[in-house]
Amino acid sequence: MMRRWITPLLFIAPALLLIVFFIILPAVQTVWLSFFTKEGTFAGLQNFAQVLKDSETLNLRRFPSQSPPWGSIVHNILWTLLHLPLTVGLGLVLAVLLERAWGATLLKSIIFLGMVTPMIVGGVIIRFLFDENAGLLPAIFRAIGLPGLGRSWTAYPETALLALILGSVWLWVGFSMVLYSAGLSTIPREYYEAASVDGANAFQQFLHITVPSLRPVTTVIVAMTILWELKIFDIVYTATLGGPGGSSMVLALQMYFYAFRALQFHRAAAVATLLTALTLVVGVWFVRTTRAME
Amino acid sequence: MRRIPSHRLVHHVVVWTVGLIWIVPFLGILMSALRPQSELVHGWWRLSPLTLSLENFARAWNHPTAPVGEGIRNSLFMVIPATILPLLVSSLAAYGLLRFHFPLRGPLSLLIVLLLAIPQQMVAVPLFRFLRDLGLINTYTGLILAHSAWALPWMTMFLRNYFATLPLEVEEAASIDGANSLQIFTRIVLPSSLPGLASAAALQLTWAWNDFFLALILIYDPAKLVATQRIPLLRGQYHIDWGVLTAASILTMAIPVLVFALLQRSYIRGLIGWTLK
Repeated sequence: MMRRWITPLLFIAPALLLIVFFIILPAVQTVWLSFFTKEGTFAGLQNFAQVLKDSETLNLRRFPSQSPPWGSIVHNILWTLLHLPLTVGLGLVLAVLLERAWGATLLKSIIFLGMVTPMIVGGVIIRFLFDENAGLLPAIFRAIGLPGLGRSWTAYPETALLALILGSVWLWVGFSMVLYSAGLSTIPREYYEAASVDGANAFQQFLHITVPSLRPVTTVIVAMTILWELKIFDIVYTATLGGPGGSSMVLALQMYFYAFRALQFHRAAAVATLLTALTLVVGVWFVRTTRAME
Repeated sequence: MRRIPSHRLVHHVVVWTVGLIWIVPFLGILMSALRPQSELVHGWWRLSPLTLSLENFARAWNHPTAPVGEGIRNSLFMVIPATILPLLVSSLAAYGLLRFHFPLRGPLSLLIVLLLAIPQQMVAVPLFRFLRDLGLINTYTGLILAHSAWALPWMTMFLRNYFATLPLEVEEAASIDGANSLQIFTRIVLPSSLPGLASAAALQLTWAWNDFFLALILIYDPAKLVATQRIPLLRGQYHIDWGVLTAASILTMAIPVLVFALLQRSYIRGLIGWTLK
């Protein structure tokens, strides 16, 4: 009986120790912190209420009639709503198109380069791309007669968030493309041959064979992409620092500012706990969906 | 000569245009890094006059307040142990989770998946205090341990799936010959898993190198800052020296790009392997 426990325990113990001391215990402590005041008295949900009432987190009076800041939660949700369909859709289209293209390997590597780049550099590139003098995109908008978009996007509240979201699409598409490419290679050729015999055209084949066969891959891509969008930090840190005037602030960066600049550990803990609650919803959804498919 | 149907030609033109659009931002920072600031005021895409020099790279490498050269040395010094340690620990754990039946095995595997969802901000303050109390704050030991712990969930999942593809009969035969579990693991499982270990190493090496947040909260001595931490310091508040900033960016991304270029197949297989079964 003892032997049954001891051998596997020896294999797992080092990993368990590291995970407990570097992930689980500190995470539990953060939850704990979020329920207390600076003086050490129990605060209930007071920290959370304060964070949610703060216009830095939620500023619904401005949304959507006025320009950002709309609050970090709104920014994270908008990020997800724009970035998710764009990267998933574009990744799928590219994977399908690249199946039969000259130099597909080279093209895939180019598109995947964004995923290899440190995101802190990704932020620099986004800022460069949208810079009034050095950047290509504002120059293009000036040339086609849209001077309003011909200035530094990251320097104005109307455009800062949008610049970051579009830039993050450019950086992240390689992920969904590579996973979809792998998924496509597992679909048996005979399915398409049989469909051709039955008279299905290319679009019908895509809709009735390709898309359903890629459902498990899509689940993985959607889960990982939403997690990435919720945790977004580095890009914002180098491109805008959440500015101007909080117009591109996101939850992860807000937590960092509260904790390490303002030294408000309990408020920071409440923001972190809120963010983790959101990511765990995605995590649980992912576990349940993949189990149901097995 | 074989004729190419026109719709196939359109197809190739479309994908190559997309590829071109995707590389333009990288081309932009490369041009900016290779040319003097005076040539960039009207856009890096204007090619006359064209003066190419490595001066910006030298300025970034030896920058007075945040020398990137020092950062790259620090990053190299840090990522190698931050790759080897989790590889050892997670391969042990993956084998333990796969080959032994014990209570709580199911919930433990589930927990590992959920850990993937947690953002690092969730541990930032307590982890800082914990490492400070141990005297490991502002040390690479602390940072390496943190990187190792955060790599364990995905690495264990990936290696467990990889070990599951190995033939069980070889291990059973060794067991009959009297080898114990640890011997089977080190002499049979690890040597036959080299491609899987290479994939995990390629991913972890780039991810630990690319990390910013853990370094940001755990390392603060100016001389100890890793490469990614120095990029924001070169940004400047009002005036941006694009030459230095883009040269530093290229220097910092060179290592992960090199790892990807050399280990491309392992890298992609790793990415697919830990996300898809």
